[in-house]
Amino acid sequence: MTTQPQDPAQPKEKIGVYVCHCGSNIAGIVDVAEVREWAGQRLAGRGVTVARDYKFMCSSLGQELIEKDIKEQGLNRVVVAACSPHLHEGTFRTACGRAGLNPYLCELVSIREQVSWVHTDKHAATDKAKAVVSGGVERVRHHTPLEPLRVAIHPATLVVGGGIAGIQAALELADAGKKVYLVEREPSIGGHMAQFDKTFPTLDCAACILTPRMVSAGNHPNITLLTWSEVTEVHGYVGNFTVKIKQRARHVKTELCTGCGICQEKCPKKVIDDVYEAGLGYRKAVYTPFPQAVPKYPVIDVENCTYFRKGTCRACEKLCPTGAIDFAQKDEVLTVQVGNIILATGFDLFNPQKVTQYGYGRLANVFTSLEFERLTNAAGPTNGAIVLRDGKTVPKSVGIIHCVGSRDRNFNNYCSAICCMQSLKFAHLVKERTGATVYNFYIDIRTTAKAYDEFYQRVLEEGTLFVRGRVAEVTDAARLPGEEGKLILQVEDTLAGKQRRIPVDMVVLSAGLQPRADAKATAQVFGLSCSADGWFIEKHPKLDPVATMTEGVFIAGCISGPKDIPASVAQGSAAAARVLSTIDKGEITLEPVRASINATQCSGCRICNTLCPFGAISFLEADRVSEVNPALCQGCGTCVAACPAGAISGTGFSNDQILSQIEGLLMLNMEYA
Amino acid sequence: MTQYLFYPGCAMESSARAYAASLASVARTLDLDLAEVKDWNCCGATEYLGINLIPAYALIGRNLALAAQQAKQQNGSGAHTLVASCSACYLNLAKADHYMAERPVLGDRVNEALAVGGLGYKPGTLQIRHLLDVLINDIGISRIREKVTRPLHGLRVAPYLGCMVPRPDYDHRWSDHEQPDELDRVLRALGAEVIDFPLKSECCGGHMPQISPNTAFELIRRLLQGADQYKADLIVTVCPMCQMNLDAYQDETNRHFHTRYRLPTVFFTQVMGLAFGEDPGALGFGSEIVDARPALARIGTAPVAAEPSGAGPRAKAAGLPMPGRRPEERER
Amino acid sequence: MTATDVSPAEPNHNLRFLEEVSAATAGVSRLEMCIQCGTCGGSCPSADDMDHTPRMLFAMIRAGMRDEALRSNTPWICVSCYHCVVRCPQDVHIADVMYTLKSMAVRAKLYRDAKAPEFSQTFVDAIENYGRSFEFGLATRHYLRHFPLRLPGMAPMGLGLLTKQRMSMTPHRIDGIDQLKAILARAKELELTS
Ligand SMILES: Cc1cc2nc3c(=O)[nH]c(=O)nc-3n(C[C@H](O)[C@H](O)[C@H](O)COP(=O)(O)OP(=O)(O)OC[C@H]3O[C@@H](n4cnc5c(N)ncnc54)[C@H](O)[C@@H]3O)c2cc1C
Ligand code: SF4
Ligand code: SF4
Ligand code: SF4
Ligand code: SF4
Ligand code: SF4
Ligand code: SF4
Repeated sequence: MTTQPQDPAQPKEKIGVYVCHCGSNIAGIVDVAEVREWAGQRLAGRGVTVARDYKFMCSSLGQELIEKDIKEQGLNRVVVAACSPHLHEGTFRTACGRAGLNPYLCELVSIREQVSWVHTDKHAATDKAKAVVSGGVERVRHHTPLEPLRVAIHPATLVVGGGIAGIQAALELADAGKKVYLVEREPSIGGHMAQFDKTFPTLDCAACILTPRMVSAGNHPNITLLTWSEVTEVHGYVGNFTVKIKQRARHVKTELCTGCGICQEKCPKKVIDDVYEAGLGYRKAVYTPFPQAVPKYPVIDVENCTYFRKGTCRACEKLCPTGAIDFAQKDEVLTVQVGNIILATGFDLFNPQKVTQYGYGRLANVFTSLEFERLTNAAGPTNGAIVLRDGKTVPKSVGIIHCVGSRDRNFNNYCSAICCMQSLKFAHLVKERTGATVYNFYIDIRTTAKAYDEFYQRVLEEGTLFVRGRVAEVTDAARLPGEEGKLILQVEDTLAGKQRRIPVDMVVLSAGLQPRADAKATAQVFGLSCSADGWFIEKHPKLDPVATMTEGVFIAGCISGPKDIPASVAQGSAAAARVLSTIDKGEITLEPVRASINATQCSGCRICNTLCPFGAISFLEADRVSEVNPALCQGCGTCVAACPAGAISGTGFSNDQILSQIEGLLMLNMEYA
Repeated sequence: MTQYLFYPGCAMESSARAYAASLASVARTLDLDLAEVKDWNCCGATEYLGINLIPAYALIGRNLALAAQQAKQQNGSGAHTLVASCSACYLNLAKADHYMAERPVLGDRVNEALAVGGLGYKPGTLQIRHLLDVLINDIGISRIREKVTRPLHGLRVAPYLGCMVPRPDYDHRWSDHEQPDELDRVLRALGAEVIDFPLKSECCGGHMPQISPNTAFELIRRLLQGADQYKADLIVTVCPMCQMNLDAYQDETNRHFHTRYRLPTVFFTQVMGLAFGEDPGALGFGSEIVDARPALARIGTAPVAAEPSGAGPRAKAAGLPMPGRRPEERER
Repeated sequence: MTATDVSPAEPNHNLRFLEEVSAATAGVSRLEMCIQCGTCGGSCPSADDMDHTPRMLFAMIRAGMRDEALRSNTPWICVSCYHCVVRCPQDVHIADVMYTLKSMAVRAKLYRDAKAPEFSQTFVDAIENYGRSFEFGLATRHYLRHFPLRLPGMAPMGLGLLTKQRMSMTPHRIDGIDQLKAILARAKELELTS
């Protein structure tokens, strides 16, 4: 093309184009000056009146360049060719806003992620950058000024999961004077921490530091505690969620029950407690999981209660001094209104029965880490005595195996983060309480948080024998003298370069942490996504670790991956802080990128109604057309693509905008220019 | 009736004649139709792989190609399943099928070599399975139980699979890599008393008697010791190599360690035939070096109630509850 | 195979030995993924008789200690039990790497004990001639050569095997032996290692 025919109608747009070097990130591959010069000349006919390049457009000086041009040259559109909109769209929109231009008249096109980082040929990359700029210019011509949406925030918050992370979040919010619904599916709050005796690295008594928090949460005037409950449905959007909570029948009238415990004492039906006692102890059919449970009221487990199964017994009813037992109670569904949601449903322990070579489930004296926590707990099945499965013999030697089910492609690839410290804690407890010989079998010792490595030093000093090697198998097949009646750990001592067989009395498997078995179902209820292995995904793993991709829904604690207590607590507080800041604003602003339905074009087919993943589209019976609720719509575009009548368009993504951007990319605009 | 292609392997014609004879009998009883792959060659055992890679795989490839060809000709339903009775053969066939796909350059070169003989094999064409797998998963425990006319009550057997059946298990066909229970279930269906043999998938020594006898004797000793600790009358195996090592080298092992183990080792098809009422002679009994007759005499006698002495770890504890064994939770 | 892209200043010519081993292994070896956890060395039923545990051998391969690795008796003592393979947390194809090392040692004539390679070679010779293995021929030749002292003790067993017809005195030759020979000859030309 040699000549530029004059555009008959000079465009009314005055567009500024800014090409960023991003240091050498972009400039190293793209000839930035050439792109700038080209845009200034060749796109002049398309309204470009200013074209500049600058080392760092996102710096204050870079932003000031734009502001100055808007003010002095009367720019009414801005195209920045730089990194990805994820990073700096906000920056440049705000800059435009400061200069008095509607922020939505600014377009950021990516010549870093989409050009310089993915190409090596400088020439071709420069040409592609020109095309990308050209597309942005065509598109920005169709932009219209938009106003962000403002949504009022309901001041109450739903916290799901009453482990330490959830308790922390609830208390922070309640102490700030905000209403909280704390939903826990077990009969008591406390989570995993309530099962422990001591916590690393300080060896604080878990109950001593946890119980006061549980009690505060239970008594707090701003906290409505809903235990034995689960969230079944969530509707609405940030600021205005409607939540349905199923409260299972406790079969105990809480207004009458004094928590005296007579019912559990007298109940004849004993069952293995797989949750709180990790399968190592028993509870009754009517029970509170542990003495310090909050709330103090027991529940009747109808699956095991003799009365519910066979119609006879009712011992608890007869013996309850206050007549609190109520076999007729029914499940209830509660509907509450909240502005924000914090999920803190924690983790499950990896089931080491899958690692058959360690013999868990086959060899009696192989224990899981949670079983071992119960053994050491003064309120546990052995009153804190570390003994073998026979319930009485104190072990003379104990082997603790690290990384069970973690860092293993056969099971979970990741490191479970807490189990090195937990294994060291166990080594200390065994030494302290039994004087037994303790072996820790590890691949790497990971003690990275504050005071953790010091704890390792202490355990070394106490004489625990560390063997660097992942245990190959645990067997009871005695081969050599001295092995009879023992569990033999066969391992390569990799530092000695020799295979060893080490007979011990007890083996503890430091099983990894894994996502809750029902994590995916939970995610679905709250409209969130889990990673392939089931951990909930943060909005940004580094910069926004407690937010999710869904506005108004936050996550805290082990729900997003293995963490120790300090990190879980910190996340509980962080999530609460995020919620508080939105509550205090009273309203939040939302991106105005929304779908809208042209009522005259809508045929009333209702296809879009079911497709919208956010339930934002409703059908107006009177007018026989569908309508988008702009506060619910997240601008995903599903409906836009699906509408057979083409009646739906997305703000910022109209047909005009998309098609002209394509024309620009293909340089078809050169023919008009 | 489903027809399977059958790869017997060299041992079935020599050292493991008892396996061949008893399999023929059991197959008749269970209506199992095994069509031998015509003009098959040796699979190379564990030897060829350590000398030359492509020839070793081409050697196995010829068998796969012949079997696939035969399957196509017969065109019967289910005839794309190739059954092997020997563990090493099973593994070699499965391995070639697996790696020819995993490493295309291997698959291409093997096919290039096979082409010289007018043959070719596309990985995945055949399903490679071990005889035990077919018996338990296709025939089924209930059919096996139905056919039992002379239950093996009183006979304490150690189920012994050896290594190459449950491992590496390319197709995820086995219940477990370490403690699979398939053989236990078959033997229990026959009425035998099956010990929870912890060494059931340990190695028998393979070709070590010929290479490093001391290594082999130690591996054999461990198995004998283990079976003896659990007071087994008989070791039951699924592999010619395991049978050979435990049976034929038992004397030498005893001499080496000054021990006096006498543990007859027979094939699982032999005890199946026995339970189905077949005459022991027709099942190849008598060809074992360590005489199985004293053990067989126990059939019908009262069982000895004996777990290994001092097997403390597994004794049923009165104290704390044991975690349940939930095999359905095993993922793989 | 030569290490072309190793810096000329690098004194060890075998820095790429790991890649060489990987390339000559049947499947995808994943040897580079080894984290030296020792699960393999702990699993080995015959570890006591090995010069190096498998893990150490892999460290040596990574370090480019070519001759030391090929001289190790470890691959020859490996009984192919596949315990390490199913337990390795990194899914390294350990047993197949052992086969590779054996064939490399044979080619480089670096094995120290001739029993195993000769046994394998005799076995393979029989296959190449008959298409089937020939235990009697193999056993007699092998024991006479390597374990003459074991023979008297083994005689009853050998006799037992013969009288119980568990060993045949004549080899069986397959019909397609010429076809097989042609295939194997071509296969040798196509070997993955140079
Ligand atoms: C054996 C072991 C020892 C440990 N020792 C220590 C230690 O000494 N020091 C340390 O710092 N860390 C330790 N940890 C780590 C510690 O357990 C975690 O950091 C902590 O428990 C995480 O708390 P959480 O609130 O995120 O999760 P959790 O404790 O798992 O709590 C989650 C809660 O949510 C509830 N819930 C789950 N799903 C739902 C649902 N759908 N609806 C409603 N409620 C639901 C659960 O019932 C539970 O009460 C140890 C871990 C293990 C396994
Ligand atoms: S006996 Fe009655 S009052 Fe006491 S804990 Fe049980 S239900 Fe409550
Ligand atoms: S009625 Fe049920 S809960 Fe009550 S005492 Fe009987 S078994 Fe226990
Ligand atoms: S924290 Fe330690 S024990 Fe746990 S998975 Fe990581 S390395 Fe293994
Ligand atoms: S763009 Fe359409 S489908 Fe997507 S959230 Fe908005 S209304 Fe729902
Ligand atoms: S088990 Fe696997 S990762 Fe561990 S040392 Fe052996 S090869 Fe390496
Ligand atoms: S396959 Fe070989 S290296 Fe692996 S555990 Fe068995 S003997 Fe050891």
